[in-house]
Amino acid sequence: MATLHKPELVCPAGALPALKAAVDNGADWVYFGLRDDTNARNFAGLNFDSRSAGAGIRYAHDRDVKTVLAINTYPQAGSWERWEHAIDTAADIGVDAVILADPGLMRYAARKYPALGLQLSVQGSATNHEAINLYRDQFGVRRAVLPRVLSLQQVEQVIRNTDVEIEVFGFGSLCVMVEGRCALSSFATGMSPNTFGACSPASAVRWEPKGERMDVRLNGILIDRYAGDENAGYPTLCKGRFDVGGETYYAIEEPSSLNALELLPQLAAIGVAAIKIEGRQRSPAYVAEVTRIWRAAIDECGANAARFSARPQWKTGLTRLTEGQQYTLGAYNRKWK
Amino acid sequence: MKLSLGPVLYYWTREALLGFYANLPHSRLATIYLGEVVCGRRREMRPADWLGLARDLAQTGVEVVLSTQALIESELDLRAMRHIAENGEFLVEANDMGAVRLLANRVRFVAGPHLNVYNPQTLAWLAGLGACRWVMPVELGRDALALLQRDRPAPVETEVFAYGRLPLAFSARCFTARHYNLSKDDCQYRCLDHPDGLPLATREGQSFLALNGLQTQSAQIYELSRALPQMHELGVDVVRLSAQSARMNGIIEAYHRALLGELSGSDLDAELAAHRTADYCDGYWHGKPGIEHLAA
Repeated sequence: MATLHKPELVCPAGALPALKAAVDNGADWVYFGLRDDTNARNFAGLNFDSRSAGAGIRYAHDRDVKTVLAINTYPQAGSWERWEHAIDTAADIGVDAVILADPGLMRYAARKYPALGLQLSVQGSATNHEAINLYRDQFGVRRAVLPRVLSLQQVEQVIRNTDVEIEVFGFGSLCVMVEGRCALSSFATGMSPNTFGACSPASAVRWEPKGERMDVRLNGILIDRYAGDENAGYPTLCKGRFDVGGETYYAIEEPSSLNALELLPQLAAIGVAAIKIEGRQRSPAYVAEVTRIWRAAIDECGANAARFSARPQWKTGLTRLTEGQQYTLGAYNRKWK
Repeated sequence: MKLSLGPVLYYWTREALLGFYANLPHSRLATIYLGEVVCGRRREMRPADWLGLARDLAQTGVEVVLSTQALIESELDLRAMRHIAENGEFLVEANDMGAVRLLANRVRFVAGPHLNVYNPQTLAWLAGLGACRWVMPVELGRDALALLQRDRPAPVETEVFAYGRLPLAFSARCFTARHYNLSKDDCQYRCLDHPDGLPLATREGQSFLALNGLQTQSAQIYELSRALPQMHELGVDVVRLSAQSARMNGIIEAYHRALLGELSGSDLDAELAAHRTADYCDGYWHGKPGIEHLAA
């Protein structure tokens, strides 16, 4: 088998130490956001101001790693200027690209900064080549991140029908809903990824110990109830246990994470341009370890895809990072659907 | 303001669906949106059946709009979307940017509620491509609407989802099939058993969501009749009612009379209460969590 093209590795950075960890451990790209609701990880204590962003970009560029600024929420009517300012900042601090979801904002960026690389965020909900090619034709989008809803075969179909580079998620938290098309969080809390840049925000979470039991609520709504011997998880609202037709179960999704490591040869073979690691909210140590393992895997797959198999130490390394959570291939595997 | 009936979001038998449309008070509706928006596996109605129904309804004088599927995954989904976009006869509601590409600069179209129009700049872009109407995302409320209306391009009409279970999310996974431990590819069309979705409650019995195949809805019915005067002031053109399996004609009649000014306040509440099939919510309109009910 001939040597395959190697997908680029795109790693998350919630702050400067994580950015350095990603760069030092073999990321091809790092992505990060500004410290406000212009990005979809609008969490307290996370993200960059223009000074730390500038330092991060220098650190990455000095080591031939590219940078992309996530401005991937929807500008809200009445505060458009903040998003425009984020684009201006991106151009000013010298990132290689911005990753956007909102067409109005793309138009602004494409007109004002034609040299700034444009990528389509997963929050743009583009699951088919017609949608992706619309963003290409209208704004010159060069790369698109696919929502975590397509099977491998469907991903291949998209790649065959567009010259826009296709990036897919490889590892990390898993949205079961189409990104950019989910208002569950605002239904429960008033804040959603599209309107606020966060899902199931921490400010709405309440942990209620009741003797041996633990109730976890989101804006008062009971998301799950844990017995004494169960580990209570963060109440992401699609990952709670609910009652449907008299049965109590994970009606939408188990609290599991995506890990597509074993699909690497197939992803490379169908022409995936880049693999994204989720987790800007994670620690530098987490980012370092995930990046290191995926770098090694991508290099080994690139050298000999036919004989590639995910090494046991990679699997245990990744499993350790998610504290006993389950893994899934998500929608890449049709049965998951 | 005019009344519209949104696409039926559930999977009903062909007979039930055709019966529903035949018995509507057509003269009360300015517009009827038709088509399968949720799941490409729902094939009780074939493309030719939808077109036939569209022609029948158009005969009653109502404006018929064909709605495209919101989540496009497969080649079959794409083919269905192309078929609608290129129908050449009826206006189309685009619910995915892929549909927008097929319609843009060719024919005018409706920018559906799933296109994520959150600001005037995106609305202006769509208007430039040929959008003649846009439907506000359900999670936006009156304050956001006021700002969007202020800068709305002149020829574009505004439509607001005002009644029905809220379409909140789409997934590749079918939650109805999951409930029955079936895979999506072998779902046995269980959605047919749940003409208003499958109710989901919290472990302490609070009504929360409704599972409708790939779509997740609110368990509560979003009900904005009390907000009609505000919508009028904000220059809303079309008020959308979303179909449910029972008592829909009574709801249409109540909204029709409210728009004429014949019903308001507690009289309107009483009229709607006679046709109530679930709890109401209206938080989104007031800028609050969608599940809340303020009704003021």
